[in-house]
Amino acid sequence: MKPPESTIEPVTSPPDGASVKTHCPYCALQCGMTVTARGGEVTIAPRTDIPANGHGGGALCQKGWTAGELLEPGARLTTPLLYGRRATWEKALDHVSRSLAGIRAAHGPDGVAVFGGGGLTNESAYHLGKLARVALGTSQIDYNGRFCMSSAAAAANKAFGLDRGLPFPLTDLAGADVVLLAGANIAETMPPLVRHLGVPRLIVVDPRLTPTAKLAALHLQPAPGTDLALALGLLHLLIAEGGVDAAYVAARTSGFDAVRTSVASWWPERVERITGVPVARMRSAVHMLKNTDNAYILTGRGAEQHAKGTDTVSAFVNLALALGLPGTPGSGYGCLTGQGNGQGGREHGQKADQLPGYRKIDDPAARAHVAAVWGVEPSALPGPGRSAQELLDALGTAEGPRALLLFGSNPVVSAPRSGTLADRLRRLDLLVVADVVLSETAALADVVLPAAQWAEQDGTMTNLEGRVLLRRRAFPPPGEVRTDLEIIQGIAAGLGHTWTASPPAVFDELRRASAGGIADYAGITYDRIAAETGVFWPCPAENHPGTPRPFLDRFATPDGRARFTPVEHRPPAEEPDDDYPVHLTTGRVLAQYQSGAQTRRVAALVEAAPEPFVELHPDLAAQLGIGAGDLVRVRSRRGSTEAVASITHTIRRDTVFMPFHWEGANRLTNPALDPASRMPEFKVCAVRLEKVA
Amino acid sequence: MRLVVIGNGMAGSRLVSEVRARDPRAKVTVFGAEPWQPYNRVLLSNVLAGSSGPDQVRLLDAAWYAEHGVQAVLGAEVVQIDRDTQAVITRDGRREPYDVLVLATGSEAVVPPIPGVARAVPFRTLGDCERIVAAAEHARRAVVVGGGLLGVEAARGLAGRGLPVTLLHLAGHLMERQLDAEAGLMLGETLGELGVEIRTGVTVTAITDSGVQLGAAEDLVEADLVVLACGVRPLTGLAAHAGLEVRRAVVVDDEMRTDDPSIFAVGECAEHDGTVYGLVAPAWEQAAVAADVITGGKSRYRGSRLVTRLKARSVELAAMGETHLEEDQAEVVRFSHRARGTYRKLVVRDGRLVGAILLGESDAVGTLTQLYDRGGPLPGDRAGLLFPGLAGAGAVADSPVRMPDAAKVCHCNNVTKGQIRACWEAGARDLAAVSAATRATTGCGTCRDAVEGIVDWLCEQEGVNA
Repeated sequence: MKPPESTIEPVTSPPDGASVKTHCPYCALQCGMTVTARGGEVTIAPRTDIPANGHGGGALCQKGWTAGELLEPGARLTTPLLYGRRATWEKALDHVSRSLAGIRAAHGPDGVAVFGGGGLTNESAYHLGKLARVALGTSQIDYNGRFCMSSAAAAANKAFGLDRGLPFPLTDLAGADVVLLAGANIAETMPPLVRHLGVPRLIVVDPRLTPTAKLAALHLQPAPGTDLALALGLLHLLIAEGGVDAAYVAARTSGFDAVRTSVASWWPERVERITGVPVARMRSAVHMLKNTDNAYILTGRGAEQHAKGTDTVSAFVNLALALGLPGTPGSGYGCLTGQGNGQGGREHGQKADQLPGYRKIDDPAARAHVAAVWGVEPSALPGPGRSAQELLDALGTAEGPRALLLFGSNPVVSAPRSGTLADRLRRLDLLVVADVVLSETAALADVVLPAAQWAEQDGTMTNLEGRVLLRRRAFPPPGEVRTDLEIIQGIAAGLGHTWTASPPAVFDELRRASAGGIADYAGITYDRIAAETGVFWPCPAENHPGTPRPFLDRFATPDGRARFTPVEHRPPAEEPDDDYPVHLTTGRVLAQYQSGAQTRRVAALVEAAPEPFVELHPDLAAQLGIGAGDLVRVRSRRGSTEAVASITHTIRRDTVFMPFHWEGANRLTNPALDPASRMPEFKVCAVRLEKVA
Repeated sequence: MRLVVIGNGMAGSRLVSEVRARDPRAKVTVFGAEPWQPYNRVLLSNVLAGSSGPDQVRLLDAAWYAEHGVQAVLGAEVVQIDRDTQAVITRDGRREPYDVLVLATGSEAVVPPIPGVARAVPFRTLGDCERIVAAAEHARRAVVVGGGLLGVEAARGLAGRGLPVTLLHLAGHLMERQLDAEAGLMLGETLGELGVEIRTGVTVTAITDSGVQLGAAEDLVEADLVVLACGVRPLTGLAAHAGLEVRRAVVVDDEMRTDDPSIFAVGECAEHDGTVYGLVAPAWEQAAVAADVITGGKSRYRGSRLVTRLKARSVELAAMGETHLEEDQAEVVRFSHRARGTYRKLVVRDGRLVGAILLGESDAVGTLTQLYDRGGPLPGDRAGLLFPGLAGAGAVADSPVRMPDAAKVCHCNNVTKGQIRACWEAGARDLAAVSAATRATTGCGTCRDAVEGIVDWLCEQEGVNA
């Protein structure tokens, strides 16, 4: 059945002084906010009707409060740039069109690659995928979400047959007695989420005593890259102490026997030696988890960003299944998605192996369905392409693509071993970057296309709960800035395709393309989202209420049972040695976001977090003769960078931490990939430090 | 390649799975003398204590062998290695040819030649464990002979089942290989509080129906269950018969290869660089090296660092490395609190941790084990290592009075105490007003009490000054 067209009219901007209900431009919490523009002055206030941040008058962190600053011209791009000079859209797009024609003629469709971002709206992500598969006919498309939550996605698909970050509304967490957070520093990365955890006792797994760990009743502080062993040890103890929910395991799962046998080899004393987490603390964690009816296990990037991230998440999922949490009212397992549209961005065709609706690109039925929506032959659709890191590694090589169209991502800062990426980008025949600001990556581009921001275009975002939300245009973009959909429309036109740039029209097509898929949006409309403050997918029909808790009756596997997956711990791809004796782990700080392209241009955020730093333990600092505030050179086998020393007891002696919001930290990180998710090992590598004289 | 493995215990089964992970095609046959799938000997103490179920000690399922194309011949004892024709021969006459042979025969419990020793049960195998558990059901008093690691675990486990237990030990203190005298004494006191009577420096002369005879006739320790934990002896008979070099165990080089290039040995039956290891970690490290070499890799075994971790409920004990060194041989840091059963000792040489004892619960155990394992330089502050809670304490000043103006109160919105004060001075007199002006408390909300405290304090100060 073809869903009816949306009743929402194409873009018009509200009158001056009107308040527009929309959502924050940053993380996956997608806090609701109202944006009011009066005489060019933008004010932001939290919404109280959105569950993510609506409690008690509404919450926002500093990034949200100050999100309006970047809307003003000055810090941002306002005209296209062609080889660094201002150009008209006509000239810029004409250059893109002619260059693409030449490259496609010489190298075939796979000579052009597309790289997207988890901050794009569903509509933009969907059209970007269509641009690649239909207009360019290339298999070479992936996106930065691969760096973010692909490991949890792979593990969740394996276990539950469906990957929706949280398979329950956030507000359910309020009823929890115990929550285990593995590798998630929500007090800094999504502060309003902490309000949902007001009551329960927290167990935090993190190599650092983060602000989140400081809120915890119990902190488990494993060596970086050993949390998989820790999860195995916790399950071993749970079994030994008779804490397995046998009735649940029998009724709702399969594969427990193999997992029980495999964790038999992970007795706590062995795990203690690998992780450095005392056995007594593991026991405490297991006691907390098993002696309660309402518990949640939530994983974040700390568990995922490893060459074994998928298995690490699987190990935590196994623990959750043994406790009987997933699909049980008041309990659950979830992944805390990071990027604003990290969830929706992975559902609608930006991923190398997927078509809209979370369909597999190598599934003939999926190809036939999407090809019909797109009006092409299924055989015309390309197959799976390279994953993000493999795609970036291939650029500028003999076998790799010659051109890259990049939307909403800044891999020169955010990709591992980033030092080599800039060189390879320079070797491309064509680099086109559509972004809001002149990011480090945009600065290398042949063509830079100025893109509209969150408050300047309509579109939907799917937050970490799988709740589809509506971002509304508060005012038009300045200067010659165009929306993402208009930019995609312009590029497609140069390839001979006439496409709409209207968000509701594109969303309606997305609904048809996703219909019948895993992430089914067929019944979701802009009107419904506005009226219901969000709709949970899957939502196959307009009279369907949406699915806040998809696993209550059955899991999305063929037999309806969740699957245990036996996994084994192994060491990080790179362990400390005499030359590089210290672990480096990377992460985020509160006042910056991702590659910092946006937040490093907001004065209040720069004041709060002005520069890259390296966090180290006083004992390590003393050994190296480093004092607080000293400039330190951090070196790995892949590169070196400089940062200011921040000395603190909150980190292990054998580990240093660097935030990745500035160019530099990722020169050091290791591109070793997870075999299933193709996620690079951002969270652990080996470095050495020296004071810069 | 035809690989034959003799022994399906912790080392043998590990070797088989390590080889299979590297080479999916080799023909692998493993002989196990015990009739069941390989099990985790490390956890037998837990089974004895009732803290692990017997189903938790399995290392590999029967299905694993089928799925991985490994032939397991269980309950079959290999009686001969024919090196000339490269084959092994079982007691029932089966002949299995090999290209590569791995000996993982492990060791057997030492049963001392004491009159009546047949009345006692050794504690070594899963079968032994089941016999002891069954006997404990009806027993009134138990004696454990041997106060090494296994004997201590067995005694604690039996006491945990409600049996009065006496632990007899020949040496002057418990676990003398791992512990110094003071730690051994304090371990005994800890066990004493848990219902284990300790007698050290005693020699068992006979085991009778009424108990265990010590020295003179009148010194009888009554017991109707006697468990032997008198150590183990490597099983090297096959190797010796086949003419391989055997000292305390089968001698291997850094590749875990014996003096016959097609025969390897791993685990407790192997002697590397003069050392025979009796713990599982070294056996698994050796299995990984041998598997790698057998499948064409270049791994080398350089010996293992030993960490002994007692598995006994309510007794936290870790011992590693050279615990016996004294002040004239090394830098020794020691903390002893006998009344609490807490003993901590670091042995430091050349600025590195070479040994440690930790008795009594301590968060330091994880850190110290890893410092010992990695051999990295120790921080100058040794006390901070022994008492991790001390480090960094006292740095927090969350009282509004003592907090400096520059201190960040609301991290989510980067609001300092100074800004709150300024806001208050500008007229904001309650939390709502301060929050509206500074955005403090509007992020995660956990600073609410702190902000309220500062506002209240400022209001109080105003009252005082007015």
